[in-house]
Amino acid sequence: MIPLYARRRLTNRIIIGLSIAATGFGLLWLVMVLGTLLINGASAIGPALFAQMTPPPGSSGGLLNAIAGSVVMTGIATLIGTPTGILAGTFLAEYARGSQFGELVRFINDILLSAPSIIIGLFVYEAMVVRMGHFSAWAGAVALAIIMVPVIVRTTEDMLRLVPSALREAAAALGAPKWKVVVMVTYRAALQGMVTGVLLAIARISGETAPLLFTALNNQFWSTDLNRPMANLPVVIFQFAMSPYADWQVLAWGGALLITVSILVLNITARILAAWSSFKS
Amino acid sequence: MSAEIAIGRKGRAAGRHGAFGDAAFKTLTLAFAVLVLVVLAGVIASLVLGAAPALEHFGFNFLITEAWNPVTEKFGALAPVYGTLVTSAIAMLIGIPVAFGIALFITELCPNWLKRPLSIMIELLAAIPSIIYGIWGLFVLAPFVQEHIEPALIDTLGAVPGIGLLFQGPPLGIGVLTAGFILAIMVLPFISAVMRDVFETVPAVLGESTYALGATTSEVVWRVVLPYARIGVFGGILLGLGRALGETMAVTFVIGNAHHIHASLLQPGTTISAALANEFTEAVGDLYLSSLIALGLILFVITFIVLALAKLLLIRLEKQAGS
Repeated sequence: MIPLYARRRLTNRIIIGLSIAATGFGLLWLVMVLGTLLINGASAIGPALFAQMTPPPGSSGGLLNAIAGSVVMTGIATLIGTPTGILAGTFLAEYARGSQFGELVRFINDILLSAPSIIIGLFVYEAMVVRMGHFSAWAGAVALAIIMVPVIVRTTEDMLRLVPSALREAAAALGAPKWKVVVMVTYRAALQGMVTGVLLAIARISGETAPLLFTALNNQFWSTDLNRPMANLPVVIFQFAMSPYADWQVLAWGGALLITVSILVLNITARILAAWSSFKS
Repeated sequence: MSAEIAIGRKGRAAGRHGAFGDAAFKTLTLAFAVLVLVVLAGVIASLVLGAAPALEHFGFNFLITEAWNPVTEKFGALAPVYGTLVTSAIAMLIGIPVAFGIALFITELCPNWLKRPLSIMIELLAAIPSIIYGIWGLFVLAPFVQEHIEPALIDTLGAVPGIGLLFQGPPLGIGVLTAGFILAIMVLPFISAVMRDVFETVPAVLGESTYALGATTSEVVWRVVLPYARIGVFGGILLGLGRALGETMAVTFVIGNAHHIHASLLQPGTTISAALANEFTEAVGDLYLSSLIALGLILFVITFIVLALAKLLLIRLEKQAGS
């Protein structure tokens, strides 16, 4: 009896030990990645990084054009992706509960949510770059918007579903037509959750590299022309990190730190917003 | 009576007025929902159209040819497809047990105050974009693997007949094995997050009654939680696999981009997404470009099947939890 019990306890201890080790192993990477990023990136952070253009190899410079390009393309993508995602999410939550068409859209949306982003890049290359005859910032922004939409659709639907039906019924009982109920009651109740979704979607696209390679390409110089290739942080990091030049590699680390910090800030803001809204209700 | 009718009329009038707004708003939201389907249709159409010239030219041989020669315009998908499958397999081999351990720790073992911070940290790991893993892999992980892990593997497993073939050649640091490592780290948070959610759907009563019968934690997990949650666990694994198959930047940095199939995992290779990222903008000639798009089509088909399967399993789990 006792050896059996001892053996069971031993197995239990081993499993628990392995489980703790696995958690430590997982967190170790987070610490190591962020640690090296801070150490290597900090030396590149300075006024020059934000004030100068990407340099040719062997001379000093900054990432100003890449930062600006990333902000512009992310901004346009957000302007396209947010209304699209919110309206499609509204359809799923308010008009398609239990319908087969709704199920289909939800299914496809979830697949697009996890689909490789490089495929989206190929699609936009075929649909826009080939037709227009050149790489452009527009194509980059559209590719980013397509990656954003499934994230926003998903969170919008989830958040709208959390709104209690009693609110909708009360508004309907006062004689409000359904669209008014949705826009003036449900949206307001779910606002913080929806904003959280948009922030997470922006965080998702700010580091996307693969879809920009075939669409916005890159630009060594300052450009505000949306019909031409535009510099952007991820592609510059890719190009500079793979190069043999030490100056370029330092700049790549600086850009990587910049992207990671902004993504973490977006994520944490989104989390605080979500926690705040659940605290309020 | 007449008052009622009046209200009724007024109500109907308001209804009619609202009916237009309602129909318009519903149509608007419907249009954007349809747009989601249109995007998918567009992706499929553009990939098929773009790949058509290469597939017509090479036929079925495209799938089973290793050669990739832009000069003689001979292209085959075998090397990148092999690389994609092998790196993902390594990622799953390392990722699944570790993710399982993490999910187990979060749901069953860790004190309550630690649950949220731990979950958040794992989710932040998922939020870090792949290019960051790529640059870190190139400058930190690859040299480490080259100096410490690969020599050890060559000395130990390399001497074993059979699997020894997987660990031959000089330690380069850059290669299939390192790419698999990076992918494992990247899919960890996805798989463990799904597993954690799935474990939490297991009714607490089941675990508690098993504890009451005298079971240890590992027995509860092995005999109650896992059997109950196995569909969801499998769904989570497939979701992670879908990610690993299509992951681009992290792999591109460390795999070495060689269109060759080596038995040894220490040699450079390539994956579909790495080949696309490296060669697409430099591809000269229609056949070259079309062959690359054909690679994209293959990747899309594989990931679509894996993700659809994952989704179907998770939907089944939801229905089971709902009933």
